[in-house]
Amino acid sequence: MVKPNTRLQVMWNRLLAVVEEQGQALIRAAFSPIVRECGDISAGIFDLQGRMLAQAVTGTPGHINTMAEAVKTLRNRFEIHQMKPGDVFMTNDPWIASGHLNDFLLMMPVFHRGAVVGFTSCTSHLVDLGGLGMGPEGSDIYDEGLLIPPCKLMDQGILNTLLMDIVKANSREPIANEGDIFALIACCETGAVRLAGMMDEFGLDQLDGLADYIIETSYRGTLDAIAELPQGTWHSVLTVDGYEKEIDLHAALTIAEDHITLDFEGTSGLSGKGINVPLNYATAYSVFALRCIIGPDIPNNAGSLAPFRVTAPEGCILNAQAPAPVAMRHTLGQMTPDLVYGCLSQAVPDLVPAEGASCMYDLPLRHVPEAAMTGSGQFALELVFNGGTGARPGLDGLSATAFPSGVWGSQIETSEAVAPLLFNRRELRENSGGPGRHRGGLGQRIEVQSASDADFMVFLSVERVLNPAKGRHGGLAGAAGRIRIGADGAALAGKGEVRVDAGKTLIFETPGGGGFGPPAERSHQDVQRDLEEGLISQETALDIYGTTP
Amino acid sequence: MQHASGHRLAIDIGGTFTDTVLVDAQGAVLATSKTPTTPAKPARGALEGATRVLAETGCGWSQIGGFIHGTTLATNALIERRGAVVATITTAGFRDILQIGYERRYSQYDINLVKPDLLVPRSRAFTIAGRMTSDGVERAHLDEAAVAALVDGLVGCGAQAVAICLMHSYANPAHEIRLGEMLREALPDLVISLSHDVSPEAREFDRLSTTIANAYIQPLMAQYLTDFQTRFSENGLTCPILMMTAGGGMTTIDIAARLPIRLVESGPAGGAILAARIAAEVDESEVLSFDMGGTTAKLCLIDGFRPQTTRKFEIARAERFIKGSGMPVRIPVIEMIEIGAGGGSIAHVDRLGRVQVGPESAGSEPGPAAFAKGGTAPTVTDADVMQGLIDPGLFAEGRLEIDVKAAEAALIRDIGAPLDLDAAQAAQGISEIVDENMAGAGRMHAVESGKDLGARLMIAFGGNGPLHATRVARRAQVERILIPRDPGVGSAVGFLFAPVSFEIVRSRYSTLDALDLDGLNTFFQGMIDEALQVVQGAAPDARLVKRRVAFMRYHGQGHEIEIPLPDDELAAADMPALRAAFEEEYSRQFRRAVPGMTIEVLNWAVTVSTEQAALSRHDEPGQTQRAMATGHRRVLCDVDGDWRDAEIYMRAALRPGDHLAGPSLIIEPQTTTFVSSDFSARVDGGGNIWLQRERENRDG
Repeated sequence: MVKPNTRLQVMWNRLLAVVEEQGQALIRAAFSPIVRECGDISAGIFDLQGRMLAQAVTGTPGHINTMAEAVKTLRNRFEIHQMKPGDVFMTNDPWIASGHLNDFLLMMPVFHRGAVVGFTSCTSHLVDLGGLGMGPEGSDIYDEGLLIPPCKLMDQGILNTLLMDIVKANSREPIANEGDIFALIACCETGAVRLAGMMDEFGLDQLDGLADYIIETSYRGTLDAIAELPQGTWHSVLTVDGYEKEIDLHAALTIAEDHITLDFEGTSGLSGKGINVPLNYATAYSVFALRCIIGPDIPNNAGSLAPFRVTAPEGCILNAQAPAPVAMRHTLGQMTPDLVYGCLSQAVPDLVPAEGASCMYDLPLRHVPEAAMTGSGQFALELVFNGGTGARPGLDGLSATAFPSGVWGSQIETSEAVAPLLFNRRELRENSGGPGRHRGGLGQRIEVQSASDADFMVFLSVERVLNPAKGRHGGLAGAAGRIRIGADGAALAGKGEVRVDAGKTLIFETPGGGGFGPPAERSHQDVQRDLEEGLISQETALDIYGTTP
Repeated sequence: MQHASGHRLAIDIGGTFTDTVLVDAQGAVLATSKTPTTPAKPARGALEGATRVLAETGCGWSQIGGFIHGTTLATNALIERRGAVVATITTAGFRDILQIGYERRYSQYDINLVKPDLLVPRSRAFTIAGRMTSDGVERAHLDEAAVAALVDGLVGCGAQAVAICLMHSYANPAHEIRLGEMLREALPDLVISLSHDVSPEAREFDRLSTTIANAYIQPLMAQYLTDFQTRFSENGLTCPILMMTAGGGMTTIDIAARLPIRLVESGPAGGAILAARIAAEVDESEVLSFDMGGTTAKLCLIDGFRPQTTRKFEIARAERFIKGSGMPVRIPVIEMIEIGAGGGSIAHVDRLGRVQVGPESAGSEPGPAAFAKGGTAPTVTDADVMQGLIDPGLFAEGRLEIDVKAAEAALIRDIGAPLDLDAAQAAQGISEIVDENMAGAGRMHAVESGKDLGARLMIAFGGNGPLHATRVARRAQVERILIPRDPGVGSAVGFLFAPVSFEIVRSRYSTLDALDLDGLNTFFQGMIDEALQVVQGAAPDARLVKRRVAFMRYHGQGHEIEIPLPDDELAAADMPALRAAFEEEYSRQFRRAVPGMTIEVLNWAVTVSTEQAALSRHDEPGQTQRAMATGHRRVLCDVDGDWRDAEIYMRAALRPGDHLAGPSLIIEPQTTTFVSSDFSARVDGGGNIWLQRERENRDG
């Protein structure tokens, strides 16, 4: 009797489960807070040609597409016929791996019945690579730390100890780096064992038939989703705060019958600071934003990604070339969904949300430099807070919620347990959600002071202080982000180092999301509920929504 | 405690059925019953079940020396939103702990997602000034002058219950206690839950959420428990009623009424307890329990005869059982992975032409198409009927008619037609997908726990567990399966093996190098005294065992590893062993330890429980014989896809030492065991069925 294609489907499900297993194991073993809190990792399985068959769904979209391209690059760099079981390859080249030095990518050939049948790969964010450390202050990539070109980390199961020593010798957190690289190796090995085991179980010699099925099915499904959209080209410009000056991001989105192209022609040139974005990373967030609307249920693989093409002129800030500094490439990378939605909302106005806070509001807090000399009172805390998301076509935005990143916010009690800080407030900001038929999500207000008599440092790299999230289709903008020292302190710039004196309070307010549709169309009940909940003031209800309680 | 004089009765009230089991003093099952749950007055259905087993055995109420009860009422009240109007009081400046949570979307690509409703709107969220630090020092006094205004606010919003969660109350609960006293005095009818009492762990969002859930069901559960106790006492029950908890232990009605959140998911916990008990009886130290019912399947890892436990749990997850889509609760629970895969799970074809099964379920109403009670969607049960695995005449003792034609029509319409398959192929496709889903969930769960499924014994029960066990096991690379006696009422049977116990987990942060040992020993003694008081209340004369645990991690990591501690005061000399134990467990889970890295501890736990009752071990049968088949029927072989003759056996007629080969069906009143063609079966001295995969047959 003829087997239904459920057998192929079962194997596809198995591959998806394997990459999720790998991803979870990597997150649990990670030392880097950004991995733990944001799931800033990736794990994938590839066929012999280097086509991605499955990728773990994790918290940060920054690896979508980047890993698919990176493995192709590595696969072409090394001769397949010279690969041996137990070999593992590695790089952290931002233009190959994932846009900045902290992301390490490993690739391992999978052997089955004596031959290479495919690859497993994974990426994870390491805590520290030396240089100036994680921040936008570097003037070029050399300021930002150690770059390791594609190399062999393990040779037939034997670790290249010199390479590991170099990574450790160039880091402020050598032990954590070693632990993270161990976790990456284990992740590749586990994937390889599972893949070979599955091929054994299902009696497969090679992956071609399964790979074709996965890629074909996903490609067709994505084309069907594209076919539901109108064809044409739409343009959009998004002005963002930048570092030294404001930056214009330009996009042209073309929807054709069988593909979608996105071009960043017209976008401003490079910044002198590390907020430049390699194109692989800008592509990751842009394609993520598109796939949230176009075929979100289709898994990421070579087939579902094939119809999306992203281009940009070299040297614009979304296609930074070496040796530009790129450490904080996520600050602008996370703004690209709003840029892309500016185009897409013209094509399908009823499917696309308003602009949101978008950029995560990282709050890295450290001891002051003198503490390192005296050796007391040292701490480092990587807190992440978020603003509001843009109002959705049929729903309000989400308050204090990450989008496009999938970061987990922090808990105050655990933060206070590990650092000499006292938080006096963490509450939603009244009136910060952009008014509209559907209201933008609210930002939040954090107040923090030193719990001792020592000052502390803040390292800022956030957006939407000067350019708040705009509303759509008549909706109004959300509140801008605002950072001050003391309630009557001057507003600080969104990027740079700040010293907070003991006894002073840092007030850190995250932006609200934009509204969707005219505020006058918001239902009376919704305005009343917002009033009762204290999300808007009486004045807003009256002046903007025109509602009398 | 376990073997007090007289019979013992266990009642498990589930969403659809109430299971009752009566055992004698030696633990031998005298009678079981499955009666419909009576949602309006669940105690009535329970009484009916109890009356039935008593009548069947001719026992009187006075002969009952032990009574254990578990119920889904607490869980269902939370899922169905049937609890009290709850208000919250948090520290000034932190009104939005609940609204802000972890700032996370549970589904990465879903831009239209709606966050879970956590029961307390912002308009009922109040605050009060006063501040503790993480080491329990009072930094600002509680603003007692503000309590009068709070009282007005609570009355004004119609609050029936209040959840109080102040910053760092796990380290110093003085403000919570004082505020609770003042409110109790002002509002004697208000139900008050204090976070340090419900869940004394750091992380304000989780603690508040847990405290709200507790407050939400407290009035309902208190009333229910009183009603339950009264009803049974009036009928002549004289022994105390003990309640099953999610952690797999029993507790008194009083504790249950104070901390009803500990009662959630106690039914599934019973199943895991049963599996752990059987694991001990047959001396299998690595087990996977597999409990598949009508709506969900639950899997639990059992090592060293102890079900795996955790402190994190989510109630009422949104569609697709997605992590993060429910209400987080931090209490000690038996850790289970639960997926939407049961007999009633509905199959459909998605737009990529893939067969998807569940999590939508036809439940028992309208049920699978084959039940002919109005269900028209093809379900897992319909697929099993189509493959010949359910004997239409013998299903549920013949009390439920099976309509094979209706199953076939549903399979053709929704699966066969769109994919160009016949009904049997469609049925097989559904099975492959749902079985892979369950096996995949099991593998994932094992990986998350740093464990492997391969060498495990699967213990399968629940209405559909024995039917799918071989198919799931093969996909999970599990070679051996045990089907216990009375698998259809496994959870209730499990209750009878549960110890009286109480577990407390409390936060106290320190690195391992800088432990304040005196302070820690005092801290532990406090927890032990508290737990002892609870356990001795229910089991005054029993021998008790204590278990101490530390949750450790490397500094900088987020994931903690549970490390057992010696049951004694900790001394400096113990530190090297603790570090070694952590590193050993760490490298077991992650392949390599990280030498030189600082180790830290955030949480500590104590469990006090009654000693396990003696195991009943059975000798292997002296002789083996081929079992006698009572008939045969055509089944679609899950190994090679051909129709083959399967022999039919009645479980009641099987004797120790019987063996048989697949494909076969072993039928009993509440379930059927399917022995695939690559498995063989034998019956041991205790009446358990063992299924063994025959490796030479693996390719058909």
